[in-house]
Formats: sequence, structure tokens, C-alpha cells
Amino acid sequence: MAHAHPVKRYTGLMDWLTTVDHKKIGILYLIAGGFFFLIGGLEALLIRVQLWKPLNNFVSADTYNELITMHGTTMIFLAAMPIIFAMMNAIVPLQIGARDVAFPFVNALGFWTFFFGGLLLNISWIAGAVPDAGWTSYLPLASPTYSTDKGVDYYVLGLQIAGIGTLVGGINFLVTIINMRAPGMSFMRMPMFTWSAFITSALILFAFPALTVGLVALMFDRLFSANFFEVSGGGNTVLWEHIFWIFGHPEVYILILPAFGIISEVIATFSRKRLFGYSSMVFATVLIGFLGFMVWAHHMFTVGLGPVANALFSIATMLIAVPTGIKIFNWIFTMWGGSIKFTAANLFAVGFVPTFVMGGVTGVMLAAAPADFQYHDSYFVVAHFHYVIVGGLVLGLFAGLHYWWPKMFGRMLGEGLGKLTFWTFFIGFHLTFFVQHFLGLLGMPRRVYTYLDGLGFNNMNLISTIGAFLMGVGTIIFIINIIVTSAKPKTAGNDPWEDGRTLEWAIPSPAPEYNFVQTPLVRGYDALWKEKMDGNEGMSPAEPIGPIHMPSPSILPFVMSLGLFIAGFGFMYANNDWQAGFFKDLFASHAVAGAGLLITLSCMVIRSLKDDHGFHIEPEELTNKGVKA
Amino acid sequence: MSAHSHLDGQLPHEPERATLEGRNKVLGFWLFLGGETVLFGTLFSAFLALRDQVGDGNPSGQELFKLMTVAIATVILLTSSLTSVFAIQAMHRNQVKAMQGWLILTVLLGLAFLGLEIYEFYEYVHEGHKFSTSAFSSSFYTLVGFHGAHVLFGIVWISLLIAQVARKGLNVVTAPKVYVAGMYWHFIDVVWVFIFTVVYLMGKVA
Repeated sequence: MAHAHPVKRYTGLMDWLTTVDHKKIGILYLIAGGFFFLIGGLEALLIRVQLWKPLNNFVSADTYNELITMHGTTMIFLAAMPIIFAMMNAIVPLQIGARDVAFPFVNALGFWTFFFGGLLLNISWIAGAVPDAGWTSYLPLASPTYSTDKGVDYYVLGLQIAGIGTLVGGINFLVTIINMRAPGMSFMRMPMFTWSAFITSALILFAFPALTVGLVALMFDRLFSANFFEVSGGGNTVLWEHIFWIFGHPEVYILILPAFGIISEVIATFSRKRLFGYSSMVFATVLIGFLGFMVWAHHMFTVGLGPVANALFSIATMLIAVPTGIKIFNWIFTMWGGSIKFTAANLFAVGFVPTFVMGGVTGVMLAAAPADFQYHDSYFVVAHFHYVIVGGLVLGLFAGLHYWWPKMFGRMLGEGLGKLTFWTFFIGFHLTFFVQHFLGLLGMPRRVYTYLDGLGFNNMNLISTIGAFLMGVGTIIFIINIIVTSAKPKTAGNDPWEDGRTLEWAIPSPAPEYNFVQTPLVRGYDALWKEKMDGNEGMSPAEPIGPIHMPSPSILPFVMSLGLFIAGFGFMYANNDWQAGFFKDLFASHAVAGAGLLITLSCMVIRSLKDDHGFHIEPEELTNKGVKA
Repeated sequence: MSAHSHLDGQLPHEPERATLEGRNKVLGFWLFLGGETVLFGTLFSAFLALRDQVGDGNPSGQELFKLMTVAIATVILLTSSLTSVFAIQAMHRNQVKAMQGWLILTVLLGLAFLGLEIYEFYEYVHEGHKFSTSAFSSSFYTLVGFHGAHVLFGIVWISLLIAQVARKGLNVVTAPKVYVAGMYWHFIDVVWVFIFTVVYLMGKVA
């Protein structure tokens, strides 16, 4: 037999460092993403404290620039994306009836590179050189001429390393969804969340390499005196804007599409109805993903690309409102006539719909190029993108976390505290950002650390700050809910909401290591719901019970990412003004950078040369582990 | 059940697709090449945007480029793509020795290409075309250098695979590795065709 290879299984911390199990990696993403979400939230609160009254001097202008830069960068790359990856890891393989993702090792690698990239970025606070050129890091501000300390280097290298993780994660989910679906799970039977994960992964694949090139070029300019964006050397600063937004606009849809998927699942489950217009939902998702690549220059209307370019990008942007509108109506029609249960998860989902519509409407307003000249760089823009990202994505993530928490951890989050989270966060959110539309229309510019008295900004800024603290309270209540819940026994059944429609609710909570004892046979859309309606006890199996092959745990992903982390430091501090001595020799010779890269490359060689035979879980073990009270 | 159950040296016709792991690897690699296309596409765009920014007194592409050297390099790299096809064909016929031979030839041709490129860069630097000379030079070295780094990576990778196949033989675990390395080598070749056209020919003529 082939499964005679003994595999070392770890426990405790080593288990988490070496795991290649998508469910555990999902939890790691959630913890790390949640941690960075708290840091980014803290930065937001400091920004709001600075702005609560005119001419405040709570933080200096320099610190303020660092705060807005790190708030944006952290929230998008280190909080929102990882929590999306947490949900995708925890749920997508279960929804398609797979035992694991296509590349479990690469999955772990994706997590650890993200983690070390995020760590590198945030160590800048300790190193005292914090990125301060905005999350878009426009040139020439971010050039070595105007950003002389290492702040922007932390931005460039931190994002570069984290970006590798995102890219390989995207490829992994594409292959998983294409190749690993259970028998009968055709594309048009896939749950909406899996569909959105699929399209998001495709966007990641085609958008992130552009960012990679942009960051490489900026890094070369800063560290090796290249001239990509140095006007004196013939470089072009608008080139950076193009490259950044060719990545940056698809990134917006990378963020929001998974939220659309979550909302589709939650609303259908708690309306106890089939999702209205499933195929139009799929079509709309694909179309949004496609159009997402055609609209990047709407971030650059005021650059001066000319009326033809502005008009084309304006129309393309407005087109996106059509598939988005289809989705909004489908959610409303799903609720229509359903027997709706307002659980905490569903409150977030239902709250999402009108909130996101508001963000969408201001989006169409901004898409009108002539009007954009008025809105540009004002608080109107800040209000718009917080309505779509916080009012859209974050509400969606909260909905998903409350909905799938029992599947991830085997315990139901407290409903009372969950509803309290919703109301405090939801009211706090609208208090914070609704008034910012009007601040923008009154002319308050974004990214400026203070404002004068007597401009009519005072009251609305005060309201906005109060709202921000209310959102903070909502987040704390959510954390309390998690702590309280984790003290309870693991009692969640297979289908704790009792109305589960999709495959993940057919297996125990939390899912066992191998997910499915027997790969299920999918007989229609809403696979589990169909079995329930046909009066069957769960899914019928598509294979006999047999030994299940599992991949071995490995420390290599962790070490590989650590190598990149060390290399990042090495490159950054190579031309530091070290005092002569050991450290100067070490860094200036690029020995540190080389050693870091060597660690990573050696791990790749080891991985290639050493076959991973994995191990098998025998049928006898299955029956013991699979049964739950 | 297991990935190793094809006994007696009997490999299936397409051993790279015989297991789910193999199929995942091939599909994943196709997708990865899709991402690489965007990467090189962006590098090409940056180069096209900046290629006329030569600066005063610096050599332009028209003065620098020696089409003879580049043409020889092109022939070498295109031939290496052909030898990698022969290697995969030999793999499909389960002729391990022939496959190894073609792979070794591929690596040697890759090394020859890389040698020419290093020589070319060395010449350019001596003619005052340094990495930090102008926007043209930075974007040139970044684009062509990224390709060169890909060639180097491919050489190391295929060499390791040759050693691995020599030790473990050709089976459903090693076959997908060889196959995706072949895909990678073709991709590098296609990128070079574009570099030859966009950077060198257009640089000389346009």
C-alpha cells in the first residue's frame, strides 16, 4: 500500500505554524486580518480625534499624514483582503464539496507572506519612519527627493511581499473552483459566494501583477536611482497613476464582490427562499469583474487626459451601475414574500442593501467627469468610498462572520450581542460618513490635517467623530461577543440555522479535517436544500467510504516568508547611513538581503526535491471523528 | 487510489495529467502565466512610455543596439524552445534518456543566451548606458533584465528537474513538474519575441 509513510503531526503552536488545512488557514487569516483591522481602526479614531474641532493640535501634520497613509493601506491590504481570504478559505472548499484546496502548501505560503508583509509595513511605526505619501503613494511626493526617510520603502516592500501572498492565493482558489468541485456541482449550480470568490480570484490574478511592477519601479527609483518617475531623468509621474489604478480599480471589485456573495447567501437563507435571479446574479458578477478593468482612469479625471478619454471612462464607469442594480433588485426580490428571520447576520445583510445603494449613487455622481472636477479630493470622495467599503464590504463581512461562525468554530455567536453590534456599528457608520458628503460639497479637502473655524465645518466634523467612536463601540461589542462565545461549549449542529441551503451545512460544525467523509453527489442548485425538499437525510454520497489522502503539514511556507521579510529589511537598510562597523558591512554588502533571498530560494528547492507523500486517514478513524452530538 | 499505483514503469499517455495533483499543477501554471502576462505587459507599457526619454548626451537605442548579437540570441532562445518541445515529446513516449538529453540541451542553449545578454549589458554600460542614466535606460534594463532573470530561474529550475528525474525516474509526480517547466520555457520565449520586436527592432527602425 502507498500510505506507509509516517508523517509527523504537530500540536499547539507548531500545529498552527505548519498547518496546510484550509480551515485553520482561514482562522489564521481571520486572526491576523482582525488584528490589523483593530490597528487600522485605532488609526481612524486618532484621525477623527484630530478633526473633531477646528485648528486642533492633537497630532502634528506629519503624524496625520502617517495616520491617513497607514489607515488606508492597512485597512485595504491587511484587514479587508485577509478577512475576505479568511471567509474564502473557511467556506469555498466546503461549498463545492472538496476535501481541500488545490494547493494546500501554497495556501499556507499565501497566508505567511501576507502576514510578514503586513508585519514589515507596521514595523515602520517602531522604526520611526512611517509611510506618509498616502495609500496611493503618488509621485513625485513618494520619490526619493521628497520622501527622504524610509517610510515609503516600508510601504513598497511590505506591499510587495504581502502582494505575493494575495496573488498565489488567487491562483489557488481559481484552480480549486475549476478542478475540485464535487460530482454534479456544475458551474451554474455553484453557490453565489463561491462564484464571487471565483471572479474575485480572477481579478486578483490580472490586477496584482500590475501593482507588482509599479512597486518594483518605485523601489528601483528609491533604492537603485532608477528614473521611472524622476522627471529630471525623463521619468513620468502620470505613469505611476496609470499603473497604480490599473491595479487599484479592479482592487475595489476584488473587495466588494465577496461581500455581494456573502449577502446573497445570508439573505436567501434567512428569507427561506431560493436566491431570486441566480443566473442574472452570476452574469452580473462576471460583468462587474470584466468592466472593473475598463474604468481605472476615472480616478484621474483631473489629471488632464483630455475630453475623449474622460468621456469614455465616464461612460464605462456608469455602465457598472447596471449589473450592480440587477444585484440590488435581486436581493430585494429574494426577500419579497419570504419568511424573513432577522438574525444578527441578516440584519447586517439587510442593512447592507440601502447603504451600498447610497455608495453606488455617489459613485455614479463621481463618474460624471465634469462634476468630478468639483468633488475631486474633497470629503465627498471620502464619504463615497467609505460607503462602499465600510457600508458595503465591512457590513458584508460582519454578516458572513455571524452567519458562518458556527461552521468555523462550532459555536453560535450570541444573537443579542450580535444585534447590538449591528445597531451601534450601523448607526455609528452613518453618523460618521453621511455628513462627510456635505463637508465635501462645502469644500472641505481630504487629507488635510486641520481646518479653520467659521467655514461651517465644525458641527459636522464633531458628529463624524462621535459616529466613529460609536463604530469603535460596535467593534468592541463584537470582540466581547467572540470572547463570551468562546467560553461556551461547542454545541452547534450540522445546520445550526436550520435553513442552510448549501453544502457546508451538510457536515459537522466545525468541519472535520477531511471535510466530507464521502464526497457528496450534487443534484441541483442549493444542493442541501434540494435534498431537504426531497425528504432525504443529508446528501447522498458519490463514492464509497475509503481511506482519505491528506497533505503533510510543513514549516517551509513560514520559513520562506520569513526569508522574504529578512530580504526586505536587507534591501531597505543597504544604503542606510550606518556608522562604520559591523552593521554597515553587513547591510551595505547586501549580505542581509542576499541571505533572506537565499533562505526563500532554498526552501523552494527543498520543496521541489522532497516529495510530499502525505498521509491517509483510514475509514475506522473517519466514523469516530465524523460523528458529533 | 494513490498517485503511485502505476506500476511496472507503465506511464499513462499524458503522465502530467494522470492525477488530480498533476491537473491542478498544469491549470495553476497556466493561470500563473496569465498573471505573468500582465506583469510583462505592464513592463512593456512602462518601456513604451519612457523609451524616448534618453536625455542629453546619452546613447539612444538606435546607437546602442547591435542587431547581430540580438538576432543570434533570438535564434538561440527559439531553438531552446524547440528542444524543450522535443523533451516533452520524448516524455510522452516515455523515453527518459532522450528527454533528459533534450532538457540538457535546452539548459545549455539558455546559458548561451544568458551569456550573450550579460555581454550585451556589459557593452552598453561601457558605452554610458547605465541603469540610472535615463528613464529609457531604467525601463530598458528593468524589462530586459526581468526577462533575463526569468531565463536564469528557468535554467536553475530545469537543471534541478534533470537531477531529480535522474534520481527518481519519470513518474506521475515528476512528469507534471517537467511539463510545467516546459510551459514556462515557452512563455519566456514568447516574451522574448516581443522584446526583440518592441525593444530592438522598433528601437532600431522607428
